[in-house]
Parts: sequence; C-alpha cells; structure tokens
Amino acid sequence: MNKRYGIEVMVGIFMMLGVLALFFLAMQVSNLNLNAATEGYRVTAHFSNVGSIKARSPVTMAGVRIGQVEAVQFDKASYEAIVTLRINAGIDTIPVDTFANIFTSGLLGEQYLALSAGGSPDYLRDGDEITNTQSALVLEEMIGQFLFKKAQEGG
Amino acid sequence: MVLMPLAKLGRSGLNTLQRIGRAHLLLIACLFGSSELLWRPRLFTAQLFNIGVLSLLIVGISGLFVGMVLGLQGYYVLAQFGAAQSLGVMVATSLVRELGPVVTALLVAGRAGSALTAEIGLMKATEQLASLEMMAVDPVRRILTPRLFGGIVAMPLLAALFSAVGVLGGYFVGVGLLGVDDGAFWSQMQAKVDFQEDVVNGMIKSLVFGVLVTWIALFQGYESAPTAEGVSRATTRSVVHAALVVLGVDFVLTALMFGE
Amino acid sequence: MEIDTTAVSAIPNEPLIKIRELTFRRGERVIFEHLDLDIQRGSVTGIMGPSGSGKTTLLKLMTGQLRPNAGRIEVDGQNIQQLKKKELFQLRRRMGMLFQSGALLTDLTVFENVAYPLREHAKLSPSLLRKLVLLKLEAVGLRGARNLMPHELSGGMARRVALARAIALDPMMLLYDEPFTGQDPISMGVLVRLIRQLNDDAGLTSILVSHDVRETASIADALYLIYGGRVIAHGTPAEIAADQSEQVRQFMDGCADGPLHFHYPAPALADDFRTRGYRKWF
Repeated sequence: MNKRYGIEVMVGIFMMLGVLALFFLAMQVSNLNLNAATEGYRVTAHFSNVGSIKARSPVTMAGVRIGQVEAVQFDKASYEAIVTLRINAGIDTIPVDTFANIFTSGLLGEQYLALSAGGSPDYLRDGDEITNTQSALVLEEMIGQFLFKKAQEGG
Repeated sequence: MVLMPLAKLGRSGLNTLQRIGRAHLLLIACLFGSSELLWRPRLFTAQLFNIGVLSLLIVGISGLFVGMVLGLQGYYVLAQFGAAQSLGVMVATSLVRELGPVVTALLVAGRAGSALTAEIGLMKATEQLASLEMMAVDPVRRILTPRLFGGIVAMPLLAALFSAVGVLGGYFVGVGLLGVDDGAFWSQMQAKVDFQEDVVNGMIKSLVFGVLVTWIALFQGYESAPTAEGVSRATTRSVVHAALVVLGVDFVLTALMFGE
Repeated sequence: MEIDTTAVSAIPNEPLIKIRELTFRRGERVIFEHLDLDIQRGSVTGIMGPSGSGKTTLLKLMTGQLRPNAGRIEVDGQNIQQLKKKELFQLRRRMGMLFQSGALLTDLTVFENVAYPLREHAKLSPSLLRKLVLLKLEAVGLRGARNLMPHELSGGMARRVALARAIALDPMMLLYDEPFTGQDPISMGVLVRLIRQLNDDAGLTSILVSHDVRETASIADALYLIYGGRVIAHGTPAEIAADQSEQVRQFMDGCADGPLHFHYPAPALADDFRTRGYRKWF
C-alpha cells in the first residue's frame, strides 16, 4: 500500500513538472498572452514600404519595447502598407506628431518599429494614426544609389 | 526456378503487409480497451510511473546538455554575423519545434520502449499472457492498453520538460558564460517564438511520437518469438523501428506544419 | 458469494468435452488429423504421447486459445469455435489451467496471484477474499509462502501456487500441461496425490497432458495415446497396460526402436556422411 502511494506521489510530481514546463514554454519562451486583444490601445501608420515588418514585430521607444505590431495590411487605394500597432496600456503619453521609423537591429537582425517622440501636447489615443513615418531602408536600393553616385563622381 | 527470387520477394512483401495489419488490429484493440482505464486508474498510474517518472532523469539531463550545446554552437555562428542577440530565438525554436519532440522520443524509445518490449515478450514467453487469457482476462486490455496510454500521456510532458530545460541550458551558456544580453535573449525569443505555431505544433508532434513509440514497443513484444533470442531480437527491433519511424514521421509532420 | 460454481452440467450424461474429426495444421505441418476424443465428467483423463505430438496444442484447442482448421470441439455442450469472445471468457471462468511453467504474474506476490482471478471476477469483501485465498493456498500446502514473490519459489512450489490460482474460482474442469516435468520425486508425489484429491473432493473433471507414463497411469481413470496426429490407443490404464500392439508397447515401455520414430526424419546416415558440402564452411 505504501509503495503504491509513493508511486502515485511521484507520478503527481511528474505531471506537475510537465505542466510547469509547458507553462514555461507558453509564458516565458513564446510570450503567450491570453488577454492580448484587449490590453493596450491601437494606432495605425501608413508606410510606403514596411520591409520585413510583420505581426508581432516589436515596437520600441528609446530602445525599450513598448508594444508590438498587430497587423500589416495593404491599402488598395494608396498602394501603401497600413500597419496596426498595439501600444501597452501604461504608455499613454505619446505625442501625436511622433515619428515612426523602421530600423534593423544589427546588420542582418530583425526589423522593428521605432517611435521617436514629437513635441505636441496632445497624446495618441486608441484608433489614431501616426502620420510622420519613414519607410524601411532597402539594402539593394541603398547600394544601387551608392554605386550610381560613385559612377557620377568618377564619370 | 527463375521465379524463385520473385516468389521470395512476394512472400516477404505479403508477410510485411500482414504484420502491419496485425499491428493496426492490436492498436485498435488497445484503443477499444481504453474504457478499462476508467475502472482501474491504478494500472494507468503505474505505467505513467514506468514510462514517465523513470525517464525523467535521462530526459532532463539530455535536455540540459542539448540546450547548452545549442547555446555554444549557435553563439559561434551567430556572432559571426553580429546577431548573437538572436541566440535565444535559435535555441528555443530548434528545441521546441524539433529537438524536444524528436530527441525525447528517441530517448523514451531507448529507455522505456525497449523495457516495454522485453516485459511483454517475457510475459509471453513465460505464458503469463496465456494464463491471463485462461483466467478470462483480456491481456490486451489489462496489460497493453495502460502501457499505451501511459506512453501517450508521458511523451508530451517529457518533451515539454526537455525543451524547457534545454532553453534554460542555452540561457546559462549564452547569457551566463558568453555574455549575450539577458533582456535581448528573452525578448527576441518571446517575439519570434509563437505559441500556436511552435509550442503547440511541437506538442502535437510529441503526442504522435508517443503513440508511435509505445505502439511499436508493445507490438514487437506481443509478436516476439517466445524464446530468449526472440525477445532480445524484438527488443532491438523495437528501438530501431521506433527511431526510424520517429525520424521519418518527423519529416512529414514538419513539412505539413511549417511548410506553408 | 457471486462465484460461478456451475459445475452442474447442462446435459449430465454427455461427455464434458467431445472432439470430433479435429484437424489442425501449423503452416504445412499437420498436427492433428481426424482426431476423436471424449472426456467424461468427473474423471481424470490422461493424454499421453511423445514430445512434439501436439499434446499442449490439444489443450490450447480445448480452451479456445487456438482454432482448429476443421472438426468440432464441444465443451459442456457448447461448440467452442462458435462462441463469441464474451461467451468464451464466460466459459473460461469455469476452466482452470495449470501451465507448464506455472505462469505466475511475476510482479505480484503469491497471495495476490491467487487472489487475482477472484478480484477480477468476483466482488468479495476483503476479509472474505483473504479467507478464500488462504483456503486455496492451504489446499496446496503453501499458506506460509503467501508473501513470497514468484522468483523466490522453487519450480514445484510455483506450480502448486499456480494450481491454487487455477482452482480459485472453483472451476468445473482443470487442465494440466505437463505437470510432472522437472519435479523432484517428492514434489512429484505430492502433486500426483493433489491432482487426484482435488478432482474427487471438488467434483472436478481433470485433463492431464503428460509424457510421464507411470505417474499419469497411476491416477488417471482413462488414457489416450496420441501419435502422428491421431489417437493410437485409448482406455483405462489397465487396458492400455494390457494392450499388445507394437506402438503402445514401445511408448509405455520406453524403447527407441519400434514403429514410433525416435529419429527426426533424415536421409540415411551413410548418405549424410558421403556429402562433403559442409566442408567449405570450415
């Protein structure tokens, strides 16, 4: 009877460990957020080129992550990309004339959306749009321009 | 005379097909017997102990070392491109998607699958299965079913443990030893590893592997020749077949899940 | 008590087991051909034959573990091939079988082994179960060994525990598969008496498969001699002992030469010697 009890306790510990590991994978490794849709507020921004920004790309301010990209859509009318950002609930003092840039972390790292604060006394609210945007730098374009300029100088 | 090799080939083909058929019948019989577990949960607990708890140590330690090696090798490669901060992503993705489910399945096949085959084979060789049948107890339901479900439940939990411990191992090496930024390690990982896409798919994989590994082990034991040599061969076959099937099915599952 | 004690027969005068025209093959090999056999109720019947004559197979056919290729096997009036799994299991509760090795469940104690069929098929209170198990163990003289594990038992003891387990559900018939092989003279004697005693006390029908001529003949009411897939002689031990046919004499007296082949079929020895084919292997 005692041995059987021991086995059951061990199995209980095993199951608990397993569930704990799953929980760790969900929360710490993959950042599963169950109430993700309701938390924070959304703003949109138009870009002529989003590079490799996609859903779940980080949104940072001064290098600190303050939210993430929720969706990237194509606007048929303006041929631009509409990016929906979700800003964390605590960050509610972002001026309306804030600049949105798309940067790359490192030379080959992932792309992220960086906000740099403007000077307006009005703050962004849910559903607002960031109008000051700068598109992603496309490496090929830059190199092309660079070569073109060099050729002109030399020519 | 000329047709002899052809006949041989045909016969071995038919035999293989028959074996596969019998294996499926056995699986179906096991699944039909699953109601038994509701009446006798102790049978199930005992198998969860045999397969799960007893594999805990080897799975945990293996996971730790695999994670540490991933951290080390990943760092060397990523540092060349100045992307050492993505180490967390690399470690976590490879563990959760592939290494966790696959290596755990291989370890369980070696640690618990072989034991299951030997146990069932010996029970058959010593007429214990026949004696159960003579006592009007169905050995499939009483002996095989609890083991099958023990394997099915234990495998995903072990795989989750393997991945979790592995991520921690990668963290110790990457952040602790090699000086990758702590925050970047986690935040990039969290940004890039998707719960649905990566974690859930990995768990589905290891669930499938759990069925396959225990099924193969039980079938090999149940079909083994009731002699010392027969049981030893069946045990070897159980591990070899399980490893091959796990790796093959992993390719198919990966193509289905992440292929887009 | 909910134990099935239907030792009472449906048709009292019919034999308990009736085998007619039984044919059984393993692949190409014919094990039995047109075999007829009757087991009378309440008797001890010995089925004898040289090793490899399919005696154990016959037991497995009687209990429905194997299915014949042709012929009928009736147990207590029921055609065993036509039974569904549930009915077969119902029938098997009334059969006890003693396997050659004992076949005890190795991870359970002696007590639990004997208690196993009772726990499975009869819902008894713990105290009643305990009493019943101890009674069964007492019957085989192993009440003191109840806490041992099967690997701690000698071969003879294991077989007696298995016997206690086989009679746990008070079956109507007991089948013994080679009960005397590998026993020392004392446990052999104990077992011989036990088999007869159990049969008479509990009103069982016993079937004894063995090649131990003397022991089997000493307790059996009827004997069947099987060779080459058919019955070559049957009758009371006295009748068999008086049988003067060559085959019966050879088996009963244990001679190598005679109509029963001691040698496995092979080409003549001289021919085999002439072949040099094996040399290349060395």
